[in-house]
Amino acid sequence: MGRPVAVIGTGQTKHGKRMDVCYPDLVREAVAAVFEDTGLSPDDIDGVVSGTMPSMMEGVAMTHFYFADAMQAVGKPILKTETCGSTGVSVAHSAYYWVSSGMANMVLAVGHEKMNEGDSQATMTTVAEPFYQRYFISGAPGVFSMQSQGWSVKFNISEEKVREAAAIISVNHHNAAFDNPYAHVKLRLTVDAVKNAKIITYPIRLYDVCPNSDGACAVIFASSEMVKKLGKKAAWIKGVGYRGEEQFFGDSDKAVWASAVDAAKEAYGQAGITNPRKELDVAEVYNPFTYQEMLFYECFGFCEFGEAPDLVLKGVFSKDGELPCDPSGGVLCTNPIGATGLIRVAEAAMQVTNKAGDHQMPGAKTALAHAMGGIDQFNGVMILSSEL
Amino acid sequence: MEKEYRTIETEVRLPYRLAYGETWTRFFEGMKEEKIFGSKCPKCNRVLVPARTFCPRCFVDTDEWVECSQEGTLIAWCLTNYTYFAQPIAPPFISGLIRLDGTDVNFLHLIDGFDLSDLEEVKKTVKNGMRVKAVWEHNKRGHILDIKYFSPV
Repeated sequence: MGRPVAVIGTGQTKHGKRMDVCYPDLVREAVAAVFEDTGLSPDDIDGVVSGTMPSMMEGVAMTHFYFADAMQAVGKPILKTETCGSTGVSVAHSAYYWVSSGMANMVLAVGHEKMNEGDSQATMTTVAEPFYQRYFISGAPGVFSMQSQGWSVKFNISEEKVREAAAIISVNHHNAAFDNPYAHVKLRLTVDAVKNAKIITYPIRLYDVCPNSDGACAVIFASSEMVKKLGKKAAWIKGVGYRGEEQFFGDSDKAVWASAVDAAKEAYGQAGITNPRKELDVAEVYNPFTYQEMLFYECFGFCEFGEAPDLVLKGVFSKDGELPCDPSGGVLCTNPIGATGLIRVAEAAMQVTNKAGDHQMPGAKTALAHAMGGIDQFNGVMILSSEL
Repeated sequence: MEKEYRTIETEVRLPYRLAYGETWTRFFEGMKEEKIFGSKCPKCNRVLVPARTFCPRCFVDTDEWVECSQEGTLIAWCLTNYTYFAQPIAPPFISGLIRLDGTDVNFLHLIDGFDLSDLEEVKKTVKNGMRVKAVWEHNKRGHILDIKYFSPV
């Protein structure tokens, strides 16, 4: 670890189908919000990091140049990172590295996506080469459905049980979204409605899948000297972990998913966490698919492998459970992909600084933020705490 | 009612000619002869399929070519039931991870050869752990879809 770094403010757009704004104006909405949240101005920022999923989602390449004005990056060093779904956490990690290294005191991190302007799944399929994998991955749902299907069978989880647990997760998150002013899809669902919804990629059904969202998120990372100087409430970064895997989906085990396991282990090690279910107060797990969320609980050591559906049925990860997961409604209700991982970091920071409003988990001190990306290839984790 | 603003229709259309290089070229020549080629890593001894120039874990050249079995075991699957722009295969279709006999990674391809229209019937047919074998197209062009699909044995 380098020198201590904290999140001192966050800004989000209202996420959803945002055909009322052009893309740079959407980005500016989040950037303006973080300056309003912190009382800072662009002059205070030493550098800017941004990211999208594949740039071609919106048909404009090199979006960090497109958004130079909206991010107030003119006259400053600027970086871009692009790791598919985990982009937002990669952006957060880059900002963290930059400040932690001592090369900057205050860095603006921005994640953004406008998924309703193109064809999101066609765009995502271009992540796979056209020699072999592109024909079979079927956008994001295909890959994650295959992973989830293989996981549930490997651990002898009955289809009835996993479907019931997935439905409970879906109902809870869609309900939780009503408490999050930025969330996209807010629905009152029943377990039966989720279980019997239209199949998208079996075993995944309509309400097991995240929406296509337009949105942006901006977060300011600051050194401890700056936090002290400004006298701000801060969410301290206690651990970061990021791991990748081989390019081919079939080359590694996706049920006991090494990149997820090891990214969490790395972050826990830095943060001194040995029993995450007890020591974490809240987790913002990257959960674009209900089934996959359970797989993450296991990879992150919240429970044993194969045990997650039972614990979901017992309410362990519900709002009033032992370890509430995604009280924001999570990715399942809001997924502007390039922003999504950074939203997890922002939500975790809001929780540990008691700024999460109607979806605040009372007394939350330590939170996990996570994002996953690539063709099941990358995982990134960040641990945030109210204490330095 | 919210005010509606104007939009612009646009598209990005760019041609590419991607180089296969030596390994992919030989792999796809094999497809034309109804052969599935893999590579054996001299260090970890894993048989990797499709064939590789190098082992992704050991980072050593994988010069030993292996003709893989055309039969294997289904590890995981999903049935795609939605469409997107320029989708290469029309839904419904099943993608599966297949562990070809004698190999050490999962091969990604289609599972087909039976009626896919009724999910309940599909679930009776398709089971993880079931045996599948490659079914080839009549006219082959040196492409991954020269294998039409893998069907239950």
